[in-house]
Amino acid sequence: MKRIFFAMTLAMAIIIMGLVGCEADPEAEPEPEPDAEEEVTEMTLATTTSTYDSGLLHEIIPDFEEEHNIEVDIISVGTGQAIETGERGDCDIILVHARELEEQFVEDGYGTERYDVMYNDFVIVGPEGDPGDVYDSADINEALNNIVEHTSAEDVPFLSRGDDSGTHTKEMNLWELAGYDQVTEKEWYDSMGQGMGDTLVATNERQGYALADRGTYLSMEDELPNLEIVFEEDEELANPYGIIPVNPDEHPHVNHEEAQLMVDFFTSEETQEKIGEFGIDEYGEPLFFPDA
Amino acid sequence: MEEGIRESLRLLLEFDPYVYNIIGVSLRVAGLALLFSTLIGIPLGTILGLNNFRGKPVVTALLYTGMGFPPVVVGLFVFIIFSSVGPMGHLGWLYNVEAIITAQTIIAFPLIAGFTMAAVMQVDRNLLSQLMALGATKFQAAWAAIKEARVGVLVAIIAGFGGVISEVGAVMLVGGNIEGKTRVLTTAIVLETRKGNFGVAIAFGIILLAIAFLANLSMIYLQKKHLFEDNG
Repeated sequence: MKRIFFAMTLAMAIIIMGLVGCEADPEAEPEPEPDAEEEVTEMTLATTTSTYDSGLLHEIIPDFEEEHNIEVDIISVGTGQAIETGERGDCDIILVHARELEEQFVEDGYGTERYDVMYNDFVIVGPEGDPGDVYDSADINEALNNIVEHTSAEDVPFLSRGDDSGTHTKEMNLWELAGYDQVTEKEWYDSMGQGMGDTLVATNERQGYALADRGTYLSMEDELPNLEIVFEEDEELANPYGIIPVNPDEHPHVNHEEAQLMVDFFTSEETQEKIGEFGIDEYGEPLFFPDA
Repeated sequence: MEEGIRESLRLLLEFDPYVYNIIGVSLRVAGLALLFSTLIGIPLGTILGLNNFRGKPVVTALLYTGMGFPPVVVGLFVFIIFSSVGPMGHLGWLYNVEAIITAQTIIAFPLIAGFTMAAVMQVDRNLLSQLMALGATKFQAAWAAIKEARVGVLVAIIAGFGGVISEVGAVMLVGGNIEGKTRVLTTAIVLETRKGNFGVAIAFGIILLAIAFLANLSMIYLQKKHLFEDNG
């Protein structure tokens, strides 16, 4: 008796689920009605935590939304995942900073074209007072050498993002340029696998070294009393951002038209000017430099 | 999913040191946290289950709140305590396994205590008063109650284990997800997903499930007699 009751309940549950499923489907279909003008279109931008956390997008995206009556959903992740999101066609456009990966993205046919938007720069932060005498290094290679000397001798860690983000990719390139190819194996090297903010908080706690984008560091400076910039302004530390629409040939469902509008928006004179001014009020210096 | 299964088999069979290190850290951390939370939780639950005292409802409500406490808030709390400017910063536990074990113990012991309390409350009071009448000490009577309620107590430990092995937010905060040191299965899953390595992420997920299953199965086997044969 019990079993029959169970079977009946199950059957009913399946039928109900089936009905609900049928009902739900047609509702989803007729959404993009062609009566234009008043209709709000949605699009998705996948970008890096640095543009999002710094507040830049909050400053400029609303203008775009208003101008074109488009609602922009922003996915803020590491560059690696932002690019992956684009490859899977889960967003319409990406705004990231990892030149080589970006060119690969376009080359592989996932993106249509890369457009310069802006750049900022990386800085190396380290323990307050610069006990490793890094600041006066002639170039980035010497700076890294000095850091290695200090970390090896004094039990001071170097903390890496370790998350395939643009910053992590950059950091690996810098180590390679300086001639350290096994750096991740070192005792003093900690690969965090976390975002810029988390990594900086940990670096502050442990009074170690880290590579950070200047924007995120400046925006958190007050909460990082144990840290200061120990190396900056080397041409190797430039950090260019590019914007790439996802290729509609690869993913026909993407909103390519809107993506192209967004490219025009980011590269327009007005937006470029806004990018260049962003952050001056709060930090006394701009966080990003326009270069479209 | 298929990719994940293939990937997990490959990672396991090739004795990938990265993977085995993560499994090792996970087991060590979860094992120790479970040990400590059991040592706190079972006595606490037994005391609460067997005794009535003023303020018991408040203590019980606190315990139940602890059972549903967001782990990430525990993580935040532990982070502040062990931060370099925090009261216990001098220990240098933050971003080390000690901080993770502390956080997980705090997360798991209310679960174990709560379920233990519920289990020993079901034990026949007459049995206990008889034991006391026969000259058993309070401690011996409590031990008898735990033994009598062992199935429930086992469920309590299993719940605690489930709490620690599957936890991610607090472990990420206080451990820092440092490769080779504090990266555990759950934080590795977050990282690999973020990197877009879904195959590896699924593989870690499957490994995590397998560990949880094996751990629970072996705990059940330890108690097999009582769970399955003791119906009388």
